[in-house]
Amino acid sequence: MSEKVKFTIDGKEYEGEKGRLLVDVAAENGVYIPVLCHWKDVKPAGSCRICTVKVNDRYMTACTTPIDANMTVENKTPELEDIRKAIVEMLFVEGNHFCPACEKSGDCDLQALGYLYQMMVPRFPYAFERRELDAKSPKIFLEKNRCIFCKRCIRMIKDDKGRSFFAFKGRGKHLEITIDEKLAANISEELAQEAMKICPVGAILRKEVGFSTPIGQRKYDKVPIGSDIEVLQK
Amino acid sequence: MSKPIVATASLAGCFGCHMSLLDIDDRILKLIELVEFNKSPIDDIKTFTKHCDIGLIEGGVCNTENLHVLKDFRNNCKILISVGECAIMGGLPAMRNGISVRECLEEAYINGVTVGENKKKIMPNDEEIPIITDKVYPLHEIVKIDYYLPGCPPRADLLWQAVVALVTGDELNIPYELIKFD
Repeated sequence: MSEKVKFTIDGKEYEGEKGRLLVDVAAENGVYIPVLCHWKDVKPAGSCRICTVKVNDRYMTACTTPIDANMTVENKTPELEDIRKAIVEMLFVEGNHFCPACEKSGDCDLQALGYLYQMMVPRFPYAFERRELDAKSPKIFLEKNRCIFCKRCIRMIKDDKGRSFFAFKGRGKHLEITIDEKLAANISEELAQEAMKICPVGAILRKEVGFSTPIGQRKYDKVPIGSDIEVLQK
Repeated sequence: MSKPIVATASLAGCFGCHMSLLDIDDRILKLIELVEFNKSPIDDIKTFTKHCDIGLIEGGVCNTENLHVLKDFRNNCKILISVGECAIMGGLPAMRNGISVRECLEEAYINGVTVGENKKKIMPNDEEIPIITDKVYPLHEIVKIDYYLPGCPPRADLLWQAVVALVTGDELNIPYELIKFD
């Protein structure tokens, strides 16, 4: 039997199993903490920092923080919302995110966070780095302009021997996402679809299908990101 | 009291944002009761004839002519608004950013697969033609911009509500569905 602990988020008390990740417990209780790199039940990477919260007055990433008794968590405060907005803006200027030309537009988590925080214009200058599109694998387009380095694909899309289809190459500003050509030559239909689904942006796209959902019916056309979690609020 | 004066321009844009402005449908009759238009493709006034209150600019800056028009707008408008993705972040024309101008022109006029006969390998180089800038710039990286209306194009309702709010001084509460980047 795991121990239950009580903690607070924005002054409201919640209960959860000790040691479980704050972001997951919060979500189950109807408290939305935004994520880009996190995926439930996958080992957290803590790479995007969008889930930054204040735990007992210290900045922590909710996706790597296990809950414990007497934790006081700040989540929806103007300060944290501005930090998160700044992170979204940084991600937008760091890559080349041309929403009007992107197939993921309307279903994109990064874009949806831009909507949530009403990002009218990023406060940082655009980098406009030159990046390539890798179309060599038969089922997947790898659009490096849009990658936000969340590592979801590297951590989750693996073959039956546990080998990743995706990997990072380079360091610092030269870091880029790559796909293993040999492995990807035989990637299954389902796994290719899954890769596109888990990608929070439009960096991984299925070939031969596209723009299948009309504008107005896409995931974030009518409702903000996180509203599926917030309806669970008791 | 005289009506507020509005000017509009399309720089490196597709005129989609102007089309979206026309998409306000019959409210355009209310609009011309509310404001007077000056320099704009809508009334075809080519140069500023008076100082304006609101300038709406679509498209980013991709050449020296765009730069000239943008500075002219800043000098002649009290409030300048970036309208649409291209004005805000360069938009699709900015897809050439990161690629050198020479490489772009060579692809367009010499090496591209759809280029017809160009045996002398001529690239446009007449002094009448504005010079292409090294990259496509968002407006706020060149002049001060007061407000931003995102969208490709910004929804007609967004343009309408924003202009009305500015003119009447009412508070602007934008519904979620109206802020879109596509």
